[in-house]
Amino acid sequence: MKAPDSMTHISSSTALAERSLDRSATAKSRLSKRQRRELYWGLGFVSLAVGGFVLLKIVPIVASFVISLTDWNVARAPSFIGFDNYARMLTADPLFWKSLWVTAYYSLFSVPVSMAFAFALAMLLNNKIPALGLFRTLFYLPSIIPIIASSILWLWMFNPDFGLFNAGLDLIGLPRQRFIYEESQVIPSLVFMSMWSVGPMMIIFLAGLQDVPNQLYEAVEIDGGNAWHKLWHVTIPMMTPTILFNLLISIVAALQTFVQAFIMTEGGPNNGSLFIVFYIYRKAFQEQQMGYASALAWALFLLICALSILVFRTSHRWVFYHGGDN
Amino acid sequence: MSAMEETSFKEMILRKSPGVGKRRFALLVCITISLLMMLPLAWLVRSSFMEMGQIFIFPPEWIPQPFRFENFPEALTVIPFFQYFLNTMLILVPSVVGTLVSCSLAAYGFSRLNWPGRDLVFGVLLSTLMLPYIITLLPTFLMWSRIGFIDTYVPLVVPHWLGFHVFFIFLLRQFFKNLPKELDEAAEIDGANPLQVFWYIILPVSRPVLLVVAILSGLNAWNDFLDPLVYINSSDKYTLALGLAQFTGLYTSQWNLLMAASTVIIVPVLIVFFLTQRYFIEGVTMSGLKG
Repeated sequence: MKAPDSMTHISSSTALAERSLDRSATAKSRLSKRQRRELYWGLGFVSLAVGGFVLLKIVPIVASFVISLTDWNVARAPSFIGFDNYARMLTADPLFWKSLWVTAYYSLFSVPVSMAFAFALAMLLNNKIPALGLFRTLFYLPSIIPIIASSILWLWMFNPDFGLFNAGLDLIGLPRQRFIYEESQVIPSLVFMSMWSVGPMMIIFLAGLQDVPNQLYEAVEIDGGNAWHKLWHVTIPMMTPTILFNLLISIVAALQTFVQAFIMTEGGPNNGSLFIVFYIYRKAFQEQQMGYASALAWALFLLICALSILVFRTSHRWVFYHGGDN
Repeated sequence: MSAMEETSFKEMILRKSPGVGKRRFALLVCITISLLMMLPLAWLVRSSFMEMGQIFIFPPEWIPQPFRFENFPEALTVIPFFQYFLNTMLILVPSVVGTLVSCSLAAYGFSRLNWPGRDLVFGVLLSTLMLPYIITLLPTFLMWSRIGFIDTYVPLVVPHWLGFHVFFIFLLRQFFKNLPKELDEAAEIDGANPLQVFWYIILPVSRPVLLVVAILSGLNAWNDFLDPLVYINSSDKYTLALGLAQFTGLYTSQWNLLMAASTVIIVPVLIVFFLTQRYFIEGVTMSGLKG
């Protein structure tokens, strides 16, 4: 009788231990149950977007790299050729270098110009002028015009014989220009055009300007500073996070310019506006060279990565995070 | 002594603060720039009403004589406007609905539910904003063509049901994050699950930001050019943007018709813009939050 008793004792003690273990386990699992519940729900909520991310971003990037290693023509079966496409791109395709140059030239030119213009417009609107809403609307408006329509409109305005701009140059007694019809002028002309649609950038700057605390300006005034000091020592430092944001957005957008080349210049004259996305489009969808086009796309991707890393790496030197903003 | 200092201090502020001259100057500059920025639109409208003869006069005239209203019906016959409008809408409406559904769900999951790895996943998703579109377009095109969806609207609509524009997830998340947590907690105590909280609590108070997303994504679909260009072949399936581009190739020198056709594609955007510009501005402002 003893043995079973002790057995029960032991078993009961193990049961106790088990129960206490069980209790801590339930406590743990109750905690993790809640966490798990949040995890399941969270994954459920983001599943569409994450699915899209995998299906439309990750898989295509990997596929793009694989395709870039092949000779992929629609006519015949793709064959693996290693890094031949990259070798061809770097050593045997002057048009690649040209398109890289055109794209970089346009971006390095249009990004600072349109950012400076957007900044100036925002500064203007930040004065307490009457009819502020009206001006904001008018400055913003061109940026919502479909790029296809604005390209056709600017094509007509750039017309050397009957266009608006040469009429304007005539009016003020300057020589006529050929604008997008001359290689040396095509990029500056397109940069000029890009200034027309800085609306969103201006709005973002304006929001940033309105967040600059007034005391800082007052402090400059008390110290006898003028408008220049205010701009240089208060406005611009306080705006650097916004400038960084706009800089990244507009670099990525400028490097992907396409419609202007497609509608207005067809890459010309003399490939002077052969933007790289336009070149990739041509290789992929007109010449059916999917493999080579993918290699070109990778060159663009690496360029964007390099530039963003450069901007981010240097940003700690010039971006000033105030307050709890970061 | 200190009183004197105070008065001179006050004087200094009074002297400097009004800045009437500066404001007047700013106003003048604003008017000038507005006029310059509206000049292309004036040129567009003026050209769209002109006869071919008058459009090729140099120096150009500003008032059409006579007003040639026929440009519009003519342009709209060359581009089958109503067909293309319908096609555009067949893409736009399901795309906008898909964006609203997939992006708001994701934004909720990324802001109001706490799960391990959440911010990391969101960060990775957000980093695709840096991805050039063309690099994914080529394999995606090959995929759609492999399964036989070229020359249909499927490749133009389906991505929007999968949160394709991460930017909108970001925008919605910004908004959701700033809603008071008590909203969810109260509902949870009443036994609501996250989907119910999302549907009955969060969405109703997020109407403004949902409208922003609807407008911006609708505008995207209306303006989209590269996607229809790549995926659509038959001319009876063209969108307005694609039809306009094709028209440009065919009628290179008929600027009055080209301008009339361009006007037609711009006007609906302008109408929507003027009706909802508060939301436009709000949406863009929000995108720059926290730089």
